[in-house]
Amino acid sequence: MERFAALLDALVYTTSRNAKLRLLADYLRETPDPDRGWALAALTDGLDFPAVKASTVRGLMQERVDPVLWTLSRDFVGDTAETASLLWPEPPVPADVTPPPTVAEAVAQLAAMTRASAPGELAAMFDRLDSSGRYALIKLATGAMRAGVSARLAKTAFAQAFDVSVEQVEEYWHALAPPYAELFAWAAHGQEPPDTASMPLFRPFMLAHPLEETVVDLTDYAAEWKWDGIRVQLAHVGGETRAYSRSGDDISATFPEMIAALQVPCVVDGELLVRGSHQGGEEGGAASFNALQQRLGRKTVSKAMLADYPAFVRLYDVLMLDGTDLREMRWTERRLRLEALMARLPASHFDISQVLEADTFDALATIREGARDEAIEGLMLKRRDSPYIAGRRVGLWYKWKRDPLLVDCVLMYAQRGSGKRSSFYSDYTFGCWDGDPDAGAELLPVGKAYSGFTDEELKRIDRHVRQHTTNRFGPVRETDRSLVFEVAFDSVHTSKRHKSGLAMRFPRIHRVRWDKPVHEADRIETLKALIKD
Amino acid sequence: MAAAFSWIRPEPHGIHIVPADAWIDPARPVPRALVTHGHADHARGGHGQTIATPETLAIMDLRYNTREGTQPVAYGETIRLAGGVEATFIPAGHVLGSAQILLEHAGERVVITGDYKRRHDPTCVAFEVTPCDVFITEATFGLPLFRHPPITGELAKIHQRLAAEPDRCVLVGAYALGKAQRVIAELRDMGYHDPIWLHGAMERMCRLYQGWGVDLGDLRLVADAKKDELRGQVVVCPPGALGDRWSRRLPDPVTAMASGWMRVRQRARQRGVELPLVISDHADWDELTATVQEVNPAETWITHGREEALLRWHQLNQRKARALALVGYEDEDD
Ligand SMILES: [Zn+2]
Ligand SMILES: [Zn+2]
Repeated sequence: MERFAALLDALVYTTSRNAKLRLLADYLRETPDPDRGWALAALTDGLDFPAVKASTVRGLMQERVDPVLWTLSRDFVGDTAETASLLWPEPPVPADVTPPPTVAEAVAQLAAMTRASAPGELAAMFDRLDSSGRYALIKLATGAMRAGVSARLAKTAFAQAFDVSVEQVEEYWHALAPPYAELFAWAAHGQEPPDTASMPLFRPFMLAHPLEETVVDLTDYAAEWKWDGIRVQLAHVGGETRAYSRSGDDISATFPEMIAALQVPCVVDGELLVRGSHQGGEEGGAASFNALQQRLGRKTVSKAMLADYPAFVRLYDVLMLDGTDLREMRWTERRLRLEALMARLPASHFDISQVLEADTFDALATIREGARDEAIEGLMLKRRDSPYIAGRRVGLWYKWKRDPLLVDCVLMYAQRGSGKRSSFYSDYTFGCWDGDPDAGAELLPVGKAYSGFTDEELKRIDRHVRQHTTNRFGPVRETDRSLVFEVAFDSVHTSKRHKSGLAMRFPRIHRVRWDKPVHEADRIETLKALIKD
Repeated sequence: MAAAFSWIRPEPHGIHIVPADAWIDPARPVPRALVTHGHADHARGGHGQTIATPETLAIMDLRYNTREGTQPVAYGETIRLAGGVEATFIPAGHVLGSAQILLEHAGERVVITGDYKRRHDPTCVAFEVTPCDVFITEATFGLPLFRHPPITGELAKIHQRLAAEPDRCVLVGAYALGKAQRVIAELRDMGYHDPIWLHGAMERMCRLYQGWGVDLGDLRLVADAKKDELRGQVVVCPPGALGDRWSRRLPDPVTAMASGWMRVRQRARQRGVELPLVISDHADWDELTATVQEVNPAETWITHGREEALLRWHQLNQRKARALALVGYEDEDD
């Protein structure tokens, strides 16, 4: 437990991604089984102990600390687990010094607790731990680690720790339950990987590189639209259906209609979209990303939601069919099987992403320029003989996004970055004019960006921020609004959350316009004209 | 007969000793000031007469050029003020020269602690318990969650970090008066004899401490160092310089901060601290409450900090207490 507690603390105080990866990888390599597996599950929210709730901890404290002192302390700290860990009255050096529990012992004990036994058992465990240990135990028991570790980060750290491929880790991970004994046996001790063929698991996605300056020969590559929804994998294996997001999160509960609609034994890859004429799209077509957003992140879905924002999947690929793994096959072979599969899927919930016909690359470029459908993000180019390989492999798949939209904005606020950038003002909030700047218009914030500039530019912008500060709020500086950024973004939508009524998708700094006077920056109206909700 | 303690009056800008027309730690210029210690929220320039320990006067001279109208008072020495008030300066254990002030008038005894702590500190004289009727105490860390751990364990984290990452340096943010010198002196006591590197703003105060006989070992300036020389070394700077442009000249510094606030994770995160060191020159909750019990006054007055919780503790322990609404005190970076 001490090692796990120290890891948690170190993660809390580390902002850089690489440093977090190092900490996790060291822990995973050096900690024995099964502690490391349980720790991994705890960090990625894979554990649940129904008998222990935040209220259990509060109850314990109320018996030991004056309620006024508890409330004052809780308000100061802002976190119940941390307050309890700090306020716990430590026994004055107990006669019988039981060593702190291991993570595995703690997990076993927490899992066996009942509502009635939890307070007493927890109290006895607290007595054996120091404040960091108590904090770790409460976090372990009640979830919500707040250590800034995503599942993706944990898997990457695991892959680094044992020098294995992150895609394989991803696939096996989903096949196993904590403490992932087989996963460690395979990665750390070179044993046979777990058998995953008969489970409705997540299979890591094949991803594309940006095309940039590359020109491809269309005899070698097939082209199709890149749809602007969320990439989804649907698996019907062993009589069960699951939906997974790009990161491998199980999103079945969010899209129950898709789970019900897939009854053919297969694993397919596609774009999840929402049908929408109501959002300005064509009847029966796909609505813009903003419409889809209504459906995302929900644990339960109302009937009204299902009726107003009906989901469907536009299929790109098939990974498994009728018990056979197709991933080693060429794309053309898989495509034939996908086309044949369509007849077995309900048209209400599935269609296929069309292959675009173009004789030359130039002709394809013309098709791309002409794309008007808001649900199109750009083009995909897929090597006709490419197997389905997890991750991003050079030369197999390319994405060719539509040109970004550009707008000139004025720098308003700058915030210090983290990690290597912590001494630089590297996160920028910028705005557009709400009218004629020469007639007293004001700037309203329209977005934030922290990428798109070179290190040299960052240094110069940082200097600008420091020399043009008018106000400070903690890590944020307000500037005198004297610098113009050309901001690139993919699309813009209405938003109630921002004063400007707008929200940009993927804004990034395209160019720093040191030369441009601020009154020539764009107005909110210009941005509003680009809304296509 | 006047009401008890009517001769001492807490005003928004300080504690007024009425018959002597003198003030304790006043927040604005007054004709006569008694100053507990050199921190900026207690010691200010511009008073007609400043009465303090010789060490505090030296610190004030360094900071405000307070040379005119000073009256040094040694620890244990009693001076006679106007109106039949006697004042004695007693060690407070907070920083070099820090004092509690015992005031006696008409048979009544009042102790003003200024800031204080009860832990050992190689850079200053230890706190002395002084019985009194009214105990006027600080409460900077007046919440039960504040229990400062032993300093050696905290400083050992610096060694561990340097051993684990010898190519980096550990940059310790520490309050320029008191905290910085204590951290350095404790490191020396623990057997650390490498040069310790200073931010320029630290130098004069460290030299002043050395002049008063505090052994700080080999101190050097970061400005004089080559970047590679600082790998594996300890650098000390004021908290404000952490994450400042100044720190870019250091070899991939581990940002550490020595402060009692580091007990709370979110506080450390807000400041971007990678290596929080819970080190304070103030009394923690246990020290505050134990001190009140030892001094055992008829009444406690609380000057600044988290007075609500300490008031509640008095109530729970059937002790009389009141909070003084003083202005101008800040949470020091302690
Ligand atoms: Zn002080
Ligand atoms: Zn103070």
